[in-house]
Amino acid sequence: MPKSLHTDNLNGNGSEMGSNRKLFSSDNIYRFSLTACAALILLIVAAMLIVMTQSSWLSIKEFGFGFLVGQVWDPIKGEFGALPFIYGTIVSSVIAVLIATPLSLGVAVFLVEQAPKSIARPMGFLVELLAAIPSVVYGLWAIFVLAPFLREYIFPPLQTTLGWLPFFKGTPTGIGMFTGGIILAIMITPIITAVVRDVLEAVPVTQREAALALGATKWETTRIVLANASSGIAGAVILGLGRAIGETMAVTMIIGNRPQISASLFDPAYTIASVIANEFTEATGDLYLSALIEMCLILFIVTFIVTALAKLLILSVSRKTQNIA
Amino acid sequence: MFGKNLITILIIGTLISASGCFSGRRGKGDAIKIQGAGSSFVNPLMQKWVSEYGKLNSNVRIDYQSIGSGGGVKQVKERTIQFGATDVAMSDADLKSAPSEIIHIPVILGAVVLTYNLAEVSQTLRFSPATIADIFLGKITRWDDERIKADNPDVALPSAPLTVVHRSDGSGTSAVFTNYLSKVSPEWKEKVGEGTSPSFPVGLGGKGNEGVTGQIKQTPNTIGYVELAYAVKNKMPVGEIKNKAGKYILPNFATVTNAAAESINETPDDLRVSLTDAAGADAYPISSYVYVLIYKDQPDEILGKTLVDFLSWGINDGQRFAESLYYAPLPQEMVKRTSTKIALVSHNGKSLRTQ
Amino acid sequence: MIEKRRLVNKVMTTLTALCAFGVVAILLIILGYISFQGITSLSWQFLIETPKPVGEGGGIGNAIVGSLTLLGLAACVGIPLGIAIGTYLAELGDGWFGTIVRFVADSMIGIPSIVFGVFVYALVVLQQGYFSTLAGSVALALIMIPIVTRTTEEIVKLVPKAMREGALALGAPQWRVTWDIVLPAAKTGIATGAMLAVARVLGETAPLLFTAFGSRFYNIYLDEPMASMPVQIYNYAISPFEEWHKKAWAATLVLITLILVINIIVRYTTRKKY
Repeated sequence: MPKSLHTDNLNGNGSEMGSNRKLFSSDNIYRFSLTACAALILLIVAAMLIVMTQSSWLSIKEFGFGFLVGQVWDPIKGEFGALPFIYGTIVSSVIAVLIATPLSLGVAVFLVEQAPKSIARPMGFLVELLAAIPSVVYGLWAIFVLAPFLREYIFPPLQTTLGWLPFFKGTPTGIGMFTGGIILAIMITPIITAVVRDVLEAVPVTQREAALALGATKWETTRIVLANASSGIAGAVILGLGRAIGETMAVTMIIGNRPQISASLFDPAYTIASVIANEFTEATGDLYLSALIEMCLILFIVTFIVTALAKLLILSVSRKTQNIA
Repeated sequence: MFGKNLITILIIGTLISASGCFSGRRGKGDAIKIQGAGSSFVNPLMQKWVSEYGKLNSNVRIDYQSIGSGGGVKQVKERTIQFGATDVAMSDADLKSAPSEIIHIPVILGAVVLTYNLAEVSQTLRFSPATIADIFLGKITRWDDERIKADNPDVALPSAPLTVVHRSDGSGTSAVFTNYLSKVSPEWKEKVGEGTSPSFPVGLGGKGNEGVTGQIKQTPNTIGYVELAYAVKNKMPVGEIKNKAGKYILPNFATVTNAAAESINETPDDLRVSLTDAAGADAYPISSYVYVLIYKDQPDEILGKTLVDFLSWGINDGQRFAESLYYAPLPQEMVKRTSTKIALVSHNGKSLRTQ
Repeated sequence: MIEKRRLVNKVMTTLTALCAFGVVAILLIILGYISFQGITSLSWQFLIETPKPVGEGGGIGNAIVGSLTLLGLAACVGIPLGIAIGTYLAELGDGWFGTIVRFVADSMIGIPSIVFGVFVYALVVLQQGYFSTLAGSVALALIMIPIVTRTTEEIVKLVPKAMREGALALGAPQWRVTWDIVLPAAKTGIATGAMLAVARVLGETAPLLFTAFGSRFYNIYLDEPMASMPVQIYNYAISPFEEWHKKAWAATLVLITLILVINIIVRYTTRKKY
C-alpha cells in the first residue's frame, strides 16, 4: 500500500536522489508493501485451500480419483461423482463466453469508436446497469420470460434446421444447458463490455490518428486499436469467464439440475456451483458434507485450468506485438 | 486528487468501524434478543408469530431467518442460534452428536401436494400411490398411460409426454415426499430411498418450492410435488391422492390435521413421528409436522424463559394464524402433549414454564 | 479495392451498432419486466419500514441501511487492497511470483460466493459463536478483491510508459510516481473495477446467509446480524405469496437504483477533467 508522505523523513535528508541504496528507502518500502498485499491474497487463498482440503479429506479418502470420473450423485446411498458437474460447468461457461465475447466486443467498439458521445455515455450506463441486477432476479426472469420465449420461438426452428447435429436433439422444454448458457452470457456481457471499453479508451489517440492518416477506414483503424488492446481484452474475457464459472443462483434456477452428461444442449444439466449452493445448507452426514467441499476444491481447480487454457489461447491468437508509446 | 478521495473514503470507513466499538450484544438496554433459523417452509408463519408475539411483549426481539431445515439443525448444534425449525426430525445419530440434549417441539402441520400443468384437463386428477411411484420412477412417460387412466376413468387425458419436476436442492419437502413413496412402494424404497436430497431417476430439478412451481407453471405437461401453499397461491391444480383407507383425499386443513390426529397413538414420547400414509378415513397421506428445536437445558434463564413462553403461545394462540397462511393447525391432543414437552425445558434443573 | 474496404467498414459498423442496441434492448426488456412486476409496491413506506408478515405491508428500510453498511465496510478493505494488488501486478508483477498471484486472482473470481461465505463462517462466525455484520463484510470484501485487482492491473498497465519515465526522470520516488501520476491517470478504469465489484457484492445472497444472517430490525452494531437487500429479496421471492413476490421486484428496482446512484457518484468524482 503506498505509504503517506511521512516516509520522506526516514531518509534523514530531504533529498530523494540515490534513495535506492538505503535498505529502508521509500522505494523499497513501497515495493515491499505492494508485494505484501499481493502475498496477502495468496495467503487467503492458501488458507481456503487448506481448510477445504482438510474438510474434504474424508471424501478424498473414500473415493479417490474415482470422484473425478464418477457419474452418480446419490446422497442417500452415499455415492458421489463429480464428472457431470464438471461437464456442466465447462460447457455452460464456454457457451456463455462464445456468445458474450463477440457481443461485448461489438458493444464496446460501438460505444468507443463509433457512437457520438451523446449516445455513447447513456448507452454505456445502461449496459453497466445489467451488472447491477442481482442473480436471483436473472433466474426468475429466465424462468418466466426467457425459457418460454426460447421454447416457443427459438428452439423449434433451431431443431428443424440443425436437428441432425447431436447438440440439438431431444425435447426442448426451455429448461436446460443452452438456456443456462444464454442467461450466463447476458450476465457477463456488461462485465466484459465495461472493461473492454476502458481498455479501448486507454489506447492513445495517436494510434488511431496514425492509421487514419495512412488512409485506413474506420473499421481498419478499430482493428489496430483492438490489436493494441488485446491483452486487456483477454483480461476482460477472463473476468467474464470466471464469473460464468462461479455463477450460482441464476444458473441453478434454469439449467434443470440433472446430473447427467448429454450431448444435446436442450437437455438439463448441473454445474458445480449449483450443486454446492443447492445442497450445502441441507447436507447432513460427514461424507456428504465432505463430498460437497471436495466439489468446492474441484471448482477451484477447474477454474485454474480453464483460466490457464483461456489465457494461452487468447495470447497465442493476439501474439501481434503492441507497442504503446 | 486521487489521494484526497481515497482518504475521505478511508475516514468514513474508520468512523463506521469505530461505531462498532459499541456492541449490540452486551446488555444494551433491556431488549431480549433471540435468533432462530431453519425451514423456509415455515417462514411466513414464523414471521407472523414473531411479529405478533413482539406486539404482545415489546421488549422481546425475535429474528427468524429461512436458511433451510438442515441449516437450522446445524446452527442449533453450533449454538449460533437459540432455536431452529425443521420439516424433518433429527436422526438419532444427529441428536447424539449435539452438545447437549435437544427437544423436538411440533408447532404446525404442512402438506406436500401433487401439482401439474395439463391445459386440456379441467377436472381434478386422482392418483393412487402406485401410480405416483411409477411416475417419479420414470415408468410412466405419457399422460394417457393406462395407470393414470385407471385412476381417472372419467377424464379425457391427452396423449402428451409427461415431464417430472422435482426439487434439486436439499429440502424437507423432498424428505417428506420420498418418505411417503418409500412407504407405499418397495421398488422406490430400494431404488431411491428417502432423504432431503434424493437422486431422482428422471425429471427436471427446480430450486426451492417456488422454482418447482415456476417450472411447472411455465412448462406444459409437467407434474411435481410442492407444499400446499405454493400450489394454491399460484392457482395451480392439486391432485387427489388415495390414502391408506382407500379414499381419494384432497389436501386441506381438515384432512391434514386429521392425519396428525389419527397418528397420535403412534407418536413416541420424543414427538418425532412420520405422518405420511396415515391411517384414518379422511387423512391426507402426505402430511408432516414442522418441529422447533431447542436445548432442554437453557444456559441463559431469561432467554430460556422467553423461548418457552413464545413456544407455548405459538402452539396455543399462534395456531389461529395458521389457516390464512395455508398451514394446518395442530390437533388438540398434540397441543397437550407438546405442552408437556415444553415444560421439560429447564435452566439449572428448574422448569422454565410459568403457567 | 477501396469499395470492398468501404463495404466491410459499413458492415462492421452496422454489426457493432446491432450488438449495442441489442444488448440495450435486452436490458430494457428485463428492467421493464421488473418494473412491471414491482412498481405497484413501491412507496415511501416501502423504503422506510421494516419487513412485516404477509398481509401487513412492510418494507425494506433496514435492508437498505444494512446493505450500505456491509458494502461500506467491505469496500474500505476490499477496494484499497484490490488496487494495491493490481498495481503490484502491473508495476512489479513480471516475475514468477507475479504470475502466481495473477493466476490466483483470476481463479478467485470463479469461486462461487457461497464458498467465501462458508469459509468466513468457519473462520469468524464459529470462532465468535454468533452471526455478525463484521463476518458479512469480510465475506463481501473477499469477493470484491479479485475483481478490483484484475481491472486495476489491466488499466494501470495501459498508462503510457512515458508518463512514468518523465516523473522518474524528475527524481520522484516510485511510490510518488504511482500515487500521483499513474493511479490518477488510471482512475476511471479503476473506478470501473470498483463499480463492478460493488454491483456484484450488493446483489449477493449466499455469502451473507451464513455470516451476516439477516434481521427484521434496524441494526447498527457490528457484532449483530444485519439485514441486507439481496437476502430480503430472496426471502420474498421464494415464498408462495404474490404480495411478497411484488415486494421482491420492487426491492430489486430499489437495489438497481441504488447501484446506479453509487455508479453516478463514483463516475462523477473520478471523471477526467481534461
